[in-house]
Amino acid sequence: MNADDGLGVVDDVHEFPFDPASPLVASGNLRRRMIISAIARGVATFGAFLAVATLGVVLFAVISRGIGAIDWNFITGTPQTGGIGPSLVGTLIIVMMATAIAAPLGVLTALYTTEFAGDRIGAAVRLTLDMMNGLPTIIVGIFIYGLIVAGNHQSGFAAALALAVIMLPMIARTTQEALALVPGTLREGAEALGVGRWRVILGVLLPTVGGAILTATVLAAARVAGETAPQILVNLVSPNTYVLNPFADNAMPNVPVTIYQLSEAADPTGFQRAWGAALCLLTMILIANIVARTLHGRSMKKIESK
Amino acid sequence: MLGRMRGTLSTKGSVGDKILRGLTLFAALLTIVTLVALGFQVIKGASLSFSTFGLGFITDSEWNPTAGKGEFGAWVMIYGTLVTSLSALTIALPIGVAIGLYLAELARRSVSRVVSPMVEMLAAVPSVVVGFWGLIVLAPIVSKHIEPFLHDHFGFIPLFGEPQTTGLSLFTASLILSIMILPIVASISRDLFLTVPREMKDGAEALGATHWEVVRGVDLPACAAGIASAALLALGRALGEAIAVAQVIGGGQKVATSLFLPGDTLASRLATQFPGAVSNLQISSLFYLGVILLIIGVGANLTAVWIARRFDYERKAA
Repeated sequence: MNADDGLGVVDDVHEFPFDPASPLVASGNLRRRMIISAIARGVATFGAFLAVATLGVVLFAVISRGIGAIDWNFITGTPQTGGIGPSLVGTLIIVMMATAIAAPLGVLTALYTTEFAGDRIGAAVRLTLDMMNGLPTIIVGIFIYGLIVAGNHQSGFAAALALAVIMLPMIARTTQEALALVPGTLREGAEALGVGRWRVILGVLLPTVGGAILTATVLAAARVAGETAPQILVNLVSPNTYVLNPFADNAMPNVPVTIYQLSEAADPTGFQRAWGAALCLLTMILIANIVARTLHGRSMKKIESK
Repeated sequence: MLGRMRGTLSTKGSVGDKILRGLTLFAALLTIVTLVALGFQVIKGASLSFSTFGLGFITDSEWNPTAGKGEFGAWVMIYGTLVTSLSALTIALPIGVAIGLYLAELARRSVSRVVSPMVEMLAAVPSVVVGFWGLIVLAPIVSKHIEPFLHDHFGFIPLFGEPQTTGLSLFTASLILSIMILPIVASISRDLFLTVPREMKDGAEALGATHWEVVRGVDLPACAAGIASAALLALGRALGEAIAVAQVIGGGQKVATSLFLPGDTLASRLATQFPGAVSNLQISSLFYLGVILLIIGVGANLTAVWIARRFDYERKAA
């Protein structure tokens, strides 16, 4: 054992016997070790500060530059009058549609893996979900392009489908994790009463994890609401007016693509509108996140109390 | 009588079971079919380019959509993707792990409860907003201050060449990516550090280890595999980010030896050229880029999952 491995210094003990009257201040090697430790603590704290500061700087830029653009006309008006109303409505429709497709599929897929599947098929489905979860979103874009847009036309529906593919694994994964947390006693109790399996699932399991599923769905929706990459490929060229039919034969205006187009178009008044649109988008997403966070706390308590 | 009763009960149960089982099976199969269809569509889209250029596409650094038939190769984008993602990871990994340590070990609960959600909020900011901020706010700062500083003091490293005036460069793209993957590394490593058994840390502290020595001797080794997995997940995310990179990377056409020159990544080239593609061969070549991105991205992600599973298994066994 040498003095450098950090766990104690014993060399000098014989020459300088312990003096009970000396002040309790670290010296020599211990002092060095404590300085290193303090530096490490400082670095870690600084890292956290850096992350919070970055968030602060980005939020500040969006709020301070975007707030000036926002008025009633901006939120409800069409691009001719300098508004982004059609994009806001389009984003809401597309995200709601994507959620309507992805949430049931995700929950059912998760139920299959935890409640019905044998080991092998369960593993295959889980592998599929893992792979889908890490897919670059632009790849989902070219998939939907090849599937329904090529030789056809862009549409809000194509965008919703792309976003649904991105949402599905997020919802399925969280549902799986929540189902795995449900205590086995709850299932056994219900089954011991002679209740059919499907009633156990619908009447006991799903209500217990419902909050967790809702949280996951809200978070996934918030995540895809700002998703731009796939929409550039399948839902880009939209008219300057409100489009309410996602199956119409032209693209549906939406907020992320609007921000992207304005940011690429090196025009100062466009930038102003892009900041305003970014502020609207960010507000929606942050509210959804806060709602999800509140729900999450409650739903976890519910699962744990069972 | 008893038999009859049992009969009715089980029939009722089994019909409901069958329906629900069928429904869930259908959803699970649909999920698998979606992924298979995705792979099929992407490869099918690339077939024209693949038959024209073959595997040479990967190492060819020419990308010229205008000249008649067009000449396409992926090397510039593969290079740009690897350089920006790895640089971003180099920046974000140490800071992210440090944040994880701070949140798990140092911060008081009340502080951690405020800072943790803020770090996660950073991940909730859409990429198009981060990219727009990078274009308008960050890029000028980078070109006026950060790049000249690095060039003046570390110019002997060939990566830090002459700064450009625009600030649209591989370097700015790496910074933007590091902001986007930082929350991933931070929140995963925080969760990891929280699972290190208290007794192990107490033991080291009882032996007289300082705070840093506990981290170095207990926390980091115990979480090494998990951190590696987090790093790969973050890398996968960085590789596939299209929009934010497209906004700040400058769309360079050459393999840039300096980080301060413009470049391009696979995902970003897809986002910028797909809408305005002039020929079928160009679209097909873009799909080919997608195939390469798909292989790299899914590879990084599956490795991350594999490491995490193994690690989890070892944890449980221990």
